[in-house]
Amino acid sequence: MPDQNNQPVALTVNGHQHRLELKPWVSLLDALRHTLDLTGTKKGCDHGQCGACTVLVDGKRVLSCLTLAVMKDGSEITTIEGIGSQDGLHPVQKAFIEHDAFQCGYCTPGQICSAIGLLEEGKAQTREEVQDLMSGNLCRCGANRGIINAIMAVKNESE
Amino acid sequence: MNNFSYIKTKETADASVLLKENTGHKAIAGGTNIVDLMKYFVVEADTLVDLNGIQGMDELSETEKGSVRLGALMTNAATAYHPVIEKKYPLLSKTILAGASGQIRNMATNGGNLLQKTRCYYFYDHSVPCNKREPGSGCPAIKGYNRIHAILGHSQDCIAVFPSDMCVALAALNAKVHVQGTEGERQIDFEDFHRLPGDTPELDNNLKQGEIITGIELPDEDFSQNYSYLKLRDRSSYAFALISVATVFKIENGQITEARIALGGVAHKPWRSKEAEEFLKGKIPSRENFAQAADLILAEAQGFKHNRFKIDLAKKAIIRNCMMALEPETQRPGAKPSL
Repeated sequence: MPDQNNQPVALTVNGHQHRLELKPWVSLLDALRHTLDLTGTKKGCDHGQCGACTVLVDGKRVLSCLTLAVMKDGSEITTIEGIGSQDGLHPVQKAFIEHDAFQCGYCTPGQICSAIGLLEEGKAQTREEVQDLMSGNLCRCGANRGIINAIMAVKNESE
Repeated sequence: MNNFSYIKTKETADASVLLKENTGHKAIAGGTNIVDLMKYFVVEADTLVDLNGIQGMDELSETEKGSVRLGALMTNAATAYHPVIEKKYPLLSKTILAGASGQIRNMATNGGNLLQKTRCYYFYDHSVPCNKREPGSGCPAIKGYNRIHAILGHSQDCIAVFPSDMCVALAALNAKVHVQGTEGERQIDFEDFHRLPGDTPELDNNLKQGEIITGIELPDEDFSQNYSYLKLRDRSSYAFALISVATVFKIENGQITEARIALGGVAHKPWRSKEAEEFLKGKIPSRENFAQAADLILAEAQGFKHNRFKIDLAKKAIIRNCMMALEPETQRPGAKPSL
């Protein structure tokens, strides 16, 4: 019989394997932040409207706030903590610094994960397409121009 | 959200039985709508039945008769970017990409897209009545803030609109919905899938208890030469439509031989007018004829205090999108106006 007890959930997060016991209603976002203490992923609206919680699940960008952790048993998750390192930033991180792509920084982990997902998808060719495909990540400081500039720079470099 | 149990099923039949026998059980696939609704306590469940363990339902297949079947568990993104959809059904591809965001399209499934709930703010707000949430409690939208609400097919009990983009294209393409329940499988024509509110606005569609969408079939028809989707909204991306229009034509020797025009954001289901589509048959594709077709589509339109602008906007959108369908290569990201 189903019950509301903890469920075993195996997640590989940033290359590290974890065997967690979670209630079915725990979001992937809360599992990352509270259970694994990976607070780089941000809780903005918690309703799928802002994109601050964007992470990569099996290489695809998704919203961790609308994902139940129990449904991602066996998945590989990449959060901002798994992108770049102290001595070697990811090209998208470098470009964000070079293009002044943030102010307060709260949306930045989600923006960077989303940008990496977008580049991996390979569907955005023009600036207008990049803008449209990044529309799920809001920036209340208004750094959007810098964000799109940064993504275009990485895209152009890699071509 | 409320506390609930979780079951992952591997067979459609098992899921069907669980959902039929237990009204407190709800199905979950992509989760992008139901998890949000549960966080608002608009939907409550004693158990979530996860459909993602069902094999073979996340694929596209081409049938012997030339139609294409989209698996219900295929994501919106996988569908929009599938080479067969991009080539044979570009309207569907563009329309899906005008909805939600990159992240949500990576999660949301085709079956779930058909089952998403209205975005009426009164439906989401527990402090006010709503006939859709609590039948018989009333509809504050009729005399309230109704900017995003219906202008066609509404009733005295509900003026909510169905928010999907994808379904507007599916309506125009005469898709069929394949479902499986405890009594077997059946197919539902797309126009018969969603309902108008009438006096039962709590019913969004004609699925029976325990029935699960297994796939969506696209008929073997080629509208890749003349198609367009136009979506008008308060910001140019990642917002629901105030008005959207999906148009496809077949044109031979300068005359329209087949026309389909479906509207989103105007009613409780994607809206089509057989009268307008018949009118265009045999006509030349001109602004004047499109304007007459628009008048036929909107003849019965009735607005409310804050959304009367939609009637005029819909007319302009229909005409413009028909013109855009003549030059589909001008389509822009987010289904913005291109001509």
